[in-house]
Amino acid sequence: MASRPLDSRNRRTGIIALLAAVAMLGMGYAAVPLYRLFCQVTGFGGTTQRATDGQAASAAEIARSAGTRTISVRFDANTTRDVPWDFRPLQVTDTVAIGERDMAVFVAKNNSDVPVTGSATFNVTPVQTGAYFNKIQCFCFTEQTLQPGQEVRMPVIYYVDPKILDDENARDVEQITLSYTFHKLEKQGS
Amino acid sequence: MATTADTFQAHHEEHHHDADHKPGFFARWFMSTNHKDIGTLYLIFAIMAGIIGGAISGIMRQELAQPGIQVLGSVAAWLNGGTVDMDQALHTWNVLITAHGLIMVFFMVMPAMIGGFGNWFVPLMIGAPDMAFPRMNNISFWLTAAGFVSLMASTFVPGGTGLGAGTGWTVYAPLSTSGSPGPAVDFAIFSLHLAGAASIMGAINFITTIFNMRAPGMTLHKMPLFVWSVLVTAFLLLLALPVLAAAITMLLTDRNFGTTFFDQAGGGDPVLYQHLFWFFGHPEVYIMILPGFGMVSQIVATFSRKPVFGYLGMAYAMVAIGVVGFVVWAHHMYTVGMNVNTKMYFTAATMVIAVPTGIKIFSWIATMWGGSLEFKSPMVWSLGFIFLFTVGGVTGVVLANGGIDDNLHDTYYVVAHFHYVLSMGAVFALFAGFYYWFPKMSGKMHSEFLAHLHFWVFFVGVNIIFFPMHFLGMNGMPRRYPDYTPAFSYWNEIATVGYWIMAGSMLIFFANLIYAFVAGRKAAPNYWGEGATTLEWSLTSPPPYHQFETLPVIEEHHDYHDHIADSPAKA
Repeated sequence: MASRPLDSRNRRTGIIALLAAVAMLGMGYAAVPLYRLFCQVTGFGGTTQRATDGQAASAAEIARSAGTRTISVRFDANTTRDVPWDFRPLQVTDTVAIGERDMAVFVAKNNSDVPVTGSATFNVTPVQTGAYFNKIQCFCFTEQTLQPGQEVRMPVIYYVDPKILDDENARDVEQITLSYTFHKLEKQGS
Repeated sequence: MATTADTFQAHHEEHHHDADHKPGFFARWFMSTNHKDIGTLYLIFAIMAGIIGGAISGIMRQELAQPGIQVLGSVAAWLNGGTVDMDQALHTWNVLITAHGLIMVFFMVMPAMIGGFGNWFVPLMIGAPDMAFPRMNNISFWLTAAGFVSLMASTFVPGGTGLGAGTGWTVYAPLSTSGSPGPAVDFAIFSLHLAGAASIMGAINFITTIFNMRAPGMTLHKMPLFVWSVLVTAFLLLLALPVLAAAITMLLTDRNFGTTFFDQAGGGDPVLYQHLFWFFGHPEVYIMILPGFGMVSQIVATFSRKPVFGYLGMAYAMVAIGVVGFVVWAHHMYTVGMNVNTKMYFTAATMVIAVPTGIKIFSWIATMWGGSLEFKSPMVWSLGFIFLFTVGGVTGVVLANGGIDDNLHDTYYVVAHFHYVLSMGAVFALFAGFYYWFPKMSGKMHSEFLAHLHFWVFFVGVNIIFFPMHFLGMNGMPRRYPDYTPAFSYWNEIATVGYWIMAGSMLIFFANLIYAFVAGRKAAPNYWGEGATTLEWSLTSPPPYHQFETLPVIEEHHDYHDHIADSPAKA
């Protein structure tokens, strides 16, 4: 090291430092998919889980054999200001046995005289229950187009994972609120 | 001009050791590659930015002196060039808090600490002739200046409700994206890009200089603590600022090019912005204070005429603060919706930082213990720093608790906390360093009387401003609002009185500067006496334009922190 001239050593150190800065810039961008993945995997911030019929069946099996208690699920529906829809849940709350699947129905009606396409975002509170709230079927994963005056019923099939009873931070939760917000989607393919 | 230059050139060749050949005015100050000149430019820049940022806080304090809206309307009218409605006036409040925060962080504290004192004294203290990349150093300064211009320009273009960027210094989405149409926020973001790029280049420069250009015999473990502090700071800058750059670039594309990084309608998440911002933002607060730690270490040792207590502990405490500072960011966002375990982790990790910080505080006290203390102006500013920074540190430990933060989040308690560590911690360290080194930089002695007077008036002023904010915050006064319930008026009025006392002390500071340049005695090479042992004191005041053409050799027995009298007697 010491035998190399100062200029060349400086250039080397400078370039290494620059690479470190560029790597951190990359880390900043890598944080975007990593954060999404982190939320999906851990249910962080009330991110709900997706489950298949098979998983639901086995969860129900576990719940039946363990004889679990019930939990209340409250439904909440919102639209952003630019979505001219009437959007509400048919039922405000459901009381379900933990592990049993249940269906909730949301109703959306387009009150404007133009077709509007929206897609919904969603989460549950308390946030620590996100990891245990499983949706088998949901309108949130697809975009919805409502013609003027059209009304649709949108079902959500879900169950609460019995593992919630093993989580000391979540097992005392008595009510979970599932909230949807419809956002306007600009015309696709334009 | 040419002939003069030629003469100098010839002169230079004949006497190879002429170290005082200076270029002409324009080339010297605008195309400068000399670390001392660039340091001077940074200091002048920081003082001017500080005047603007401080004036803005004066407007804010004046508005907050009483409940209701008083001066904001006329400030907004002046800014918008005509009559304004209430919404525009309130937007102007947001513009003021945004500008105050960004100016003080990016254009006052950072340029003064790192650009100013770092540029001036890192090469001097390690016995280097200059920085490793002198031209990049020049680019750093002028990018910082351009960033400041961009921020100032943002105030005069539309930012949504009125002129200027009203997003807060944190530039949170969605207020900064869909909430702020108009180019003002773009200008503000661009300003951060420029200042950030400047700081990254500065960091690369410091790291390279400190690693490669130390004088023979100056091992890493013999470096003065100020150099250690700048080294750690440079690493924090290098690793934290690119993350901010990424985050604000995403803001920019969200605003202008239809991406949805932080827009949940497109699958993004505004909370992600907060994570990215504070991943930068928390190291940033250590970036602002670590060089201050370094300066205070030099000063306390100098005026105790003792080596600093626990040198290695002091150096590695800064390294520890820097490392742990990267894993505590979410304590700024306890209220975004976090489960108990996450809060527990961030609470514990945050409190861990109190350990290395405590090591530093106790080591400063131990340095003074049994020392031959001399209460010169840099020393009293350093003592003020140690006391007030500790006060801010204690409220920091309170706020570190996720449970308590639920109550105190975004209240004036937080404002009091971070002004105790920054507006008092960092700024007291800056003034300590300024009085310590000003005669070295200028060659003129300041008035010690005025410097002491400045200290006492400033000390009283800032405490009257910020101490009552603890009470206001505990009682629930939220930050970032120009108005409040009359129940809060008592302490607010007192805080505003404190502001004007503080402003008066700044007049003493400028009077002292004028005195020094007009009537100041010529400074000797080592005007602080035998307690000052680092290499800059072996040079004249001001140092020659080019120093250390023959590298100084640091002898085995001479640690910088050794008192000269402790060295083996010379034969």
